Amino acid sequence: MNPIIFLILSVITVGAAVMVIFSRNPVSSILYLILAFFCLAAFYVILGAQFIAAVQVIVYAGAIMVLFLFVVMLLNLTKISEGGSAFGKTLGVIAAFILLVAILTVFDKVSLGPAPSTELTTTQSLGEVLFTTYLVPFEIASVLLLAAIVGAVVLVKRSKK
Amino acid sequence: MEIGLNHYLILSAVLFALGVTGVLVRKNAIIIFMSIELMLNAVNLAFIAISHFTGDLGGQIFVLFVMTVAAAEVAVGLAIIITIFRNRQSINIDDVSILKW
Repeated sequence: MNPIIFLILSVITVGAAVMVIFSRNPVSSILYLILAFFCLAAFYVILGAQFIAAVQVIVYAGAIMVLFLFVVMLLNLTKISEGGSAFGKTLGVIAAFILLVAILTVFDKVSLGPAPSTELTTTQSLGEVLFTTYLVPFEIASVLLLAAIVGAVVLVKRSKK
Repeated sequence: MEIGLNHYLILSAVLFALGVTGVLVRKNAIIIFMSIELMLNAVNLAFIAISHFTGDLGGQIFVLFVMTVAAAEVAVGLAIIITIFRNRQSINIDDVSILKW
């Protein structure tokens, strides 16, 4: 794979992620996060996971982020005062940096060699594995989604006085 | 220079650390929530990269499950945020610290 493409995509992804965190306006935060998700979908295509890339765009960038946008606009949260001490924020950044160093130390030990020159994984092979080996987790995931739907409805329902 | 597994893992680690920074630094509950999404996506990237470099489909299957859990989490989490906003007219996490020792 071309290193230039990787570099450009990584810079856009990391830049968008930084803007998500440090942007003042929640709406622009959400839009930057969508940009980051699109770049991650591009990475998935490069890594031969087209189905996951499609799901990333449809479910994450399409559904989940629209839900975020909907809530921000519904509650009119565009002007939220951001308190907090500068000391605490510095401490947070330092803690995250230490975590990054720790993760990179572990990842430095990982070496797998070049990718096996197999064909790109098709949606068919993914589906065959999903509906045979991983059938039980798949069904449990559907129960989890049902529970989440019921939970969300119960939480936002106004109790009758 | 060939792009190998380690480059993807480094990118994934950077994205994860950025997500952790967002959770620790910001006070807006929605932004904190989005930072959690960012962390989940960083892990997804690591899963898919390792899945690609080992030739094993398990990583991609696991990413599907991570996405399912993320969708469920967002639905419930945003419902909680709406309820909190309705009761307190604020989603600053400093105003919702009753459960904090």
